[in-house]
Amino acid sequence: MIEVEDLRVRFGQTEAVRGVSFEVAEGASFGIVGESGSGKSTVLRALSGLNPDWTGHMRVAGLTLGRRRGRAFFRRVQMVFQDPYGSLHPRQTVDRALSEPLLVHGLGDIDRRVERALIEVALPPEARFRYPHQLSGGQRQRVAIARALMAEPGVLLLDEPTSALDVSVQAEVLNLLADLQLRRGLTYVLVSHNLPVVAHLCPLIGVMQNGEMVEQIGFEDLRAGRTRHPHTAELRALSVELEEAG
Amino acid sequence: MTAPLVEMAGLRVAFATPTGVSEAVRGVSLTLGQEKLGIVGESGSGKSLTARAILRLLPRTARLHADRLAFDGIDILTASERAMRRIRGRRAGLILQDPKFSLNPVMTIGAQIAEAWRDHTKGSRRTAREAVVALLDQVRIRDPGRVAGLYPHELSGGMGQRVMIAMMLAPDPELLIADEPTSALDATVQAEILRLIEDLVSRRGMGLILISHDLPLVGHFCDRVMVMYAGKVLEELPAGELARARHPYTRGLLACLPSLTHPRAPLATLSRDPAWAA
Amino acid sequence: MTSRAWLLTDTPSSRGQAAWGRRYRAWLLFRANGLAFAGLITVLILIVASLAAPLLTAQDPNAQHLANRLAFPSAQHWFGTDELGRDLYARILYGGRITLGMVVAVVGMVAPVGLIVGCVAGYLGGRADRLLMRVTDVFLAFPRLILALAFVAALRPGISSAIFAIALTAWPPYARLARADTLTIRNADFIAAVRLTGAAAPRIVLRHVMPLAVSSVIVRVTLDMSGIILTAAGLGFLGMGAQPPMPEWGTMIAATRGYILEQWWVPTIPGIAIFIAALAFNLLGDGLRDILDPKQR
Repeated sequence: MIEVEDLRVRFGQTEAVRGVSFEVAEGASFGIVGESGSGKSTVLRALSGLNPDWTGHMRVAGLTLGRRRGRAFFRRVQMVFQDPYGSLHPRQTVDRALSEPLLVHGLGDIDRRVERALIEVALPPEARFRYPHQLSGGQRQRVAIARALMAEPGVLLLDEPTSALDVSVQAEVLNLLADLQLRRGLTYVLVSHNLPVVAHLCPLIGVMQNGEMVEQIGFEDLRAGRTRHPHTAELRALSVELEEAG
Repeated sequence: MTAPLVEMAGLRVAFATPTGVSEAVRGVSLTLGQEKLGIVGESGSGKSLTARAILRLLPRTARLHADRLAFDGIDILTASERAMRRIRGRRAGLILQDPKFSLNPVMTIGAQIAEAWRDHTKGSRRTAREAVVALLDQVRIRDPGRVAGLYPHELSGGMGQRVMIAMMLAPDPELLIADEPTSALDATVQAEILRLIEDLVSRRGMGLILISHDLPLVGHFCDRVMVMYAGKVLEELPAGELARARHPYTRGLLACLPSLTHPRAPLATLSRDPAWAA
Repeated sequence: MTSRAWLLTDTPSSRGQAAWGRRYRAWLLFRANGLAFAGLITVLILIVASLAAPLLTAQDPNAQHLANRLAFPSAQHWFGTDELGRDLYARILYGGRITLGMVVAVVGMVAPVGLIVGCVAGYLGGRADRLLMRVTDVFLAFPRLILALAFVAALRPGISSAIFAIALTAWPPYARLARADTLTIRNADFIAAVRLTGAAAPRIVLRHVMPLAVSSVIVRVTLDMSGIILTAAGLGFLGMGAQPPMPEWGTMIAATRGYILEQWWVPTIPGIAIFIAALAFNLLGDGLRDILDPKQR
């Protein structure tokens, strides 16, 4: 479904992403884990079309991606952002935010689709006409997920979707994401600095450090400690250390 | 037996809102000696306010009540602002989450630490400079002389936090309150900073209150853990016994974490019993 | 359900209800600010009084009674009469139409233009931004009164020239303000999310960026109104704006300033009118800033 080959992104003098390559099969989840500055979010932004300054080859559903993306691409690929407050327009109600993709793509039946979207992400109908500041962080993130799914994409790019949420809310959102993937056959690319979160949703994980993807590892191997790159081992050790203490 | 560093009984912090009075902290009690206490809670639990109340660093719209609130025997409730200023910074330090917002962007690191140091220890400029280098060295910053001349925006998150710690330790305080000191940092740096705090606190015989939303983290680095929810303390237990926590909220918080070693799908979710907020 | 309950409900059932609820909450916040509320009431009184001038006075503002010039305020002439025996009260009321009318005309032209230029420049960035900002800089560099004098020299003295001159120099700050707001918003995730729907730039700027930039512009506009009143009055005073016998407040002061020592009320009363109007707008603007400031929301 997604093929990325030798992706390079440069910001001024520095190369934020240095030759990253990976593939994601349809319906699968690929996780990208790394610390801040590793370039993981940059990869996602280049893939999503938000950042046009990249070189390399990228293909989604067999179609080669260019610098500019058309509306057809955005119907296929959508993104969920990290900060639940920042990703919703502060002056627009949930209803408006969810209608916007439908209006832009010229899809009709807005009322019914919005209602269905709210049910799908387990938001109460009362939330429909609220403003973002009247919703909790978890609720806002659900709205962001619902919005991403309005135009029925096949691919969801998730940029630290639960990093700003409380752990109990994080669990609910992760369960929701797993559920949605099963029901709709979505392909995920999930980026996070939190290894257990990534390992929970993604059978295949790419580890990034300093702009390079230093290892791609399956979660069984990760769990068992069969890591190959020292950075992967380091990240794994930190998570395991905390788990054992509790 | 020396007086405990912090004595708190029945702390209540309330805010006036257009729709009435809203209590953010509802009857919290704790005693702290020369030990490391972790206060854990989700957003809105009142953990930050509880700790800031000790230094009376609450927002102006907050109303503070307590049966007893004392720092080293000094009654915080009735202390004058002058007395509070002698406590804040000098005897008790506060580290916040993001060093970018806590450090003055137009002063060099060295100047800021020196200012903190000279505020509480009248010394000459030269002794201040030496003290600055010594402090930066204590927080394990390599090449402290060079770093002293840098500006905050030239530092990484981890280094910024170390500088904050150095600034807070400059006056040699007895209590350190750390409010989510590592939440904005990467996992690798997080561990280092917490180990540093742990080390300095033990060596200087200080008390530490570590506030966090991360239960396993607090369990790892503190002696005692207090779990807060909706302004109240639901459970208090030694850190080593976290796995045997009894309150369903604490157990729920631990159970809902995704785990590398014990994977679970779907993740356990927390069903909030309204009785906890009562 | 009472209307207050309908407005303040936690669970609005339509976009309209939600929007009105938000406006009502903002109104409650505004009303709590005594000075701002007083400013609003004063502004409203001034506007209503000017519009209802014929209803509030039977006197003709231009009718001269030379036998009764410079009369002290009395039961017959509430504010007295000016140097040509014209009723001052009537002149103040009708003059309000001119002064306030000029202000509204200027603002009506200037705010939308500044908003659009600023938002477009801020959102597009690059060359479009640089070009638009240089144009803005050029207009910002002109001193207002000098430009007005130049216009008047080129055209003829009168209200339209004054309005035009003020408008031409008043729009740049709004463009700057809108651009600054746009730059802050431009990189926000919610704008990225809209870009990811494939929406075209005009739609994004118009429907997503501008609504957020409007607040600062509104506040600035209200605060500037007092400045515009003073400038219009100043131009009138210099003979560049409204021409006699129009009862524009500034012109009234200019024509009668010689009488300040003996018949002090004749130039002073229009001065007080200007002062009250300017102050009211300032208080109103302050109050609006307090409720529209995003940091406080």
